[in-house]
Amino acid sequence: MTSSITESVRDFLKDRVRGAENVSGDENLFELGLVNSLFAMQLVNFVEKEFGVVVEDDDLTIEHFQSINAIADLVARKTEAAS
Amino acid sequence: MLQKSIETIGPAVSVERLIDGIIGPAADQVDREDKTPPELIARIADSRYLGAGVGVEHGGLGYDSASLGQLYEAVGGTSATILSLFTVHGMACHVLARWGTDFQKTRLLPRMLDEGNICAFALTEPDVGSDARSVACTATPTDGGFTVNGAKCWISFGQCADLIVLIARAEQGSIALIADADAPGITITPIHNMLGFRGAMLARFDFEDVFVPADRVLGRPGFGFSHIVNSALDLGRFAVGWGCVGIAQACVDLSVEYAKTRRQFDKPLIKHQLVQGMIADMVTQTKAARALCESATSLRDAKDPDAIVEVATAKYFASKTAMEVAQTAVQIHGAYGCSGDSRVERFFRDAKITEIIEGSNQMHQIIIAHQAAMGGAKAK
Repeated sequence: MTSSITESVRDFLKDRVRGAENVSGDENLFELGLVNSLFAMQLVNFVEKEFGVVVEDDDLTIEHFQSINAIADLVARKTEAAS
Repeated sequence: MLQKSIETIGPAVSVERLIDGIIGPAADQVDREDKTPPELIARIADSRYLGAGVGVEHGGLGYDSASLGQLYEAVGGTSATILSLFTVHGMACHVLARWGTDFQKTRLLPRMLDEGNICAFALTEPDVGSDARSVACTATPTDGGFTVNGAKCWISFGQCADLIVLIARAEQGSIALIADADAPGITITPIHNMLGFRGAMLARFDFEDVFVPADRVLGRPGFGFSHIVNSALDLGRFAVGWGCVGIAQACVDLSVEYAKTRRQFDKPLIKHQLVQGMIADMVTQTKAARALCESATSLRDAKDPDAIVEVATAKYFASKTAMEVAQTAVQIHGAYGCSGDSRVERFFRDAKITEIIEGSNQMHQIIIAHQAAMGGAKAK
């Protein structure tokens, strides 16, 4: 399941961020300078809409959103917890 | 399609009653006296529309974006000053409902939705405006919470706020805190004589060793700007965008009515082609602004990630439109349009403010251009 989540996240990035197609799963999106803080909000909206999970206050850590793999892991955990 | 949404959920009074019976009759006096009386604020709070966008599970009216848009347009087209009450209080309610702890949702949010407590949103500082990330107000850890020092300026309804959502700088980065406005160490100084939005009870807050308990931290430290501020500003921009459509539409309606009755050179102004040209441009610009706001509304209701930038785009264009349309309305009304007896005179002054609040238009241009540079700028 995590691999399909990872692909969805990667597709979302590729649609909106030039250069994202070359980003590896563990590279820090914010340190690469490809995205900004507004994108951090867009990521939250994407995750909630695409995967039907709710991003809560406790989920707001840099570690959860800094890379494609980190986002996918967060979604996988929340999806599993919900089921 | 959008017109059907507004009557779906019932508040204490109808929107018509809110506009024609509560806000409308007071709008000119609020502007003239540079004051929103507490009785008026109480009546508006009692209508429950200030919490229209908050989910019913948290005690709000649960309005979708389409219904909110109609509400903001109606309020904006009546009084931009009162729109700002809806905007700032709405932003505060929104971030509490979205990011608040159980304590904040069950103990503070009801004060704002049910008990008539007004909440101000304090981001701007005397030396920090567009560069909002650089807030100088500090929040230093202490026993049981934080100590806040610094100042906030140009805070709408700060003079009568009961609660304050404030953004400060902590060790971990930006932090959002919810303070009681009467907490020891807070000095509130009224600000008067603004160009527009008169009566919005602006204030400067000075914080001197103000203690804020740990259970009043909103969201996670370090995420104050990226999530709390961006969430709040998204709603704020949405409200102002639709409010600007309201201002523009009101100016169109007033100008057409005036042009049909005012006669010069033996015929109504509306029969003069130059006036027809002006009105045609006003109508077209207003329709375009409305279309952008509707696009943003649809994306927002679909929880589309692109909604954030679409809202910024709509606010940018709608505020420019409000200013241009209001300017033309004054032109059509001639000397009367320059008089304090004319509503277009107030709309003209208020429209200018909309190009500055919730992020100046120049900041919005940067947001839109950055999005284009990142790779996504397709119209939907």
